[in-house]
Amino acid sequence: MDLPLRYIMTVSELTREIKDILEDRFPDVWIEGEISNLRIPPSGHIYFTLKDDFSQIRSVLFKMQARTLRFVPEDGLYVIGRGRVSLYEKRGDYQLILESIEPKGMGALQLAFLQLKEKLEREGLFDPALKKPIPMIPQKIGIVTSPTGAVIQDMLHILERRFNNLHILLYPVRVQGEGASSEIAEAIHDFNRFTDVDVMIVGRGGGSIEDLWAFNEEVVARAMDRSKIPIISAVGHETDYTIADFVADLRAPTPSAAAELVVRDKREMKNLLHYLGGRLENQTLQILQEYRTHLSHLKKIFKEPGKRVEEYFLRLDDFFSRLRLLTSWTLERKGEKCLHLSESLLLRNPMQRAKTLRSSILEARRRLEQNVKYSIEIQRQKVGGTLGKLDSLSPLSILKRGYSITRKLPSLQILKDASHVEGGDKVEVRLDKGVLLCGVEKTEEKAKEA
Amino acid sequence: MPKEKFEDALSKLEKIVSTLEEGDIPLEESLKLFEEGIRLSRFCNQKLDEAEKKVEILLKGKNGLLKAHPFDPSASSGQAPLPDLEEEEE
Repeated sequence: MDLPLRYIMTVSELTREIKDILEDRFPDVWIEGEISNLRIPPSGHIYFTLKDDFSQIRSVLFKMQARTLRFVPEDGLYVIGRGRVSLYEKRGDYQLILESIEPKGMGALQLAFLQLKEKLEREGLFDPALKKPIPMIPQKIGIVTSPTGAVIQDMLHILERRFNNLHILLYPVRVQGEGASSEIAEAIHDFNRFTDVDVMIVGRGGGSIEDLWAFNEEVVARAMDRSKIPIISAVGHETDYTIADFVADLRAPTPSAAAELVVRDKREMKNLLHYLGGRLENQTLQILQEYRTHLSHLKKIFKEPGKRVEEYFLRLDDFFSRLRLLTSWTLERKGEKCLHLSESLLLRNPMQRAKTLRSSILEARRRLEQNVKYSIEIQRQKVGGTLGKLDSLSPLSILKRGYSITRKLPSLQILKDASHVEGGDKVEVRLDKGVLLCGVEKTEEKAKEA
Repeated sequence: MPKEKFEDALSKLEKIVSTLEEGDIPLEESLKLFEEGIRLSRFCNQKLDEAEKKVEILLKGKNGLLKAHPFDPSASSGQAPLPDLEEEEE
């Protein structure tokens, strides 16, 4: 079987051919992607990979082109680039050789601004603690700006109006275009080296971001940072913020505002001083007046010492008499009380009491005797009556009237019933006078009616 | 003696006045304060009047040194405000 004549290529030949094809096909492309694996070897060329969600391509930005970048490429940055595709024969790698890149979504200037701002902020150039105070009354003011145009005139006009005797030094510089930033930086430096201005204003009027760019350059920021003289920045309009504004000791929204900020109104200051002087004087006079019043009061006291002494004597006398009065009154009261007490003590004398008791006893005895006597008398009388009665009741008295009492012997039992005896018993018969001893002869039931 | 600053003098003056106004200061002290206050007030006034009105423009000569020249902004409002350096030098 016949095969076509085989041509065997070398690796270099094939690579060269691929390279030619690639370079012919992609001499000028626009591309967008995210930077990754960025590295900058000492050669100064910038190597990185551009990638999207699915693919990636090696890219290089040579030193010559890299120098013109306003911003610093970094990993993660999304860029739009323009360049050509080439092939590095030694390794067989194809890559993108870029002429330029721009951050996507924002201008290169804007990104550069943000990057420098972040860098300087990290270094502490914006530290509020480092801000130098702006002197209240600067004797000499330095201005770094363009000598032409309305801006410098406005500023001078305002300064003149507010403070009619200022010494102003203008350092003329270009405020835009190539080299402007280094002129501004040099002016700041020169003011520090050669002059004795108290404060300087660095600025320009409004313009596009490109016009204001000099004030976003690092060289200006560094010069401001190094300055020993306080700096007021005054760039563009109120809404424009430049790096210089962040580094300056004070940011004025506009150049005219800077002129107003840098000096107070002289008349106002004069008024304030006048006012303070007035208060100082009035207050001192018032203090003097107070002391004078106090002094005259003291004088009055010392003018008539005799009178004072007299007064004291009078008061002393008064005290004494009151004291005396009080004392005697007290004594009197005490005496009274004492008298009263001894009286009651006397009353309670035991001798006296004994005497009283004795007389009471005597009295009692007397009354007792009386009572007893009376009582005896009564009893006696009672007894007398009773005796009479008794007399009449006495059996003896009946005897007088002829009755007799018969008592049985030997029992002496009074006989009231004849049956109580029998013949032969002996009885005693008592008469009114004398007794009869009798023998019973006979007893009868009933007495014969005589 | 270091140069006295206007703002320092002014704030001292303000302090003296308020100290006096708070009262209860020995007579001698108050007279001293008054004297110092008057001095400060004069100093401040003097500072306000001191500077001489002057507007100058700094120009760098060939030797790299700066030289001040009178500056008239109204005259410079037009074109070419800068004196010709070559002429100015020497």
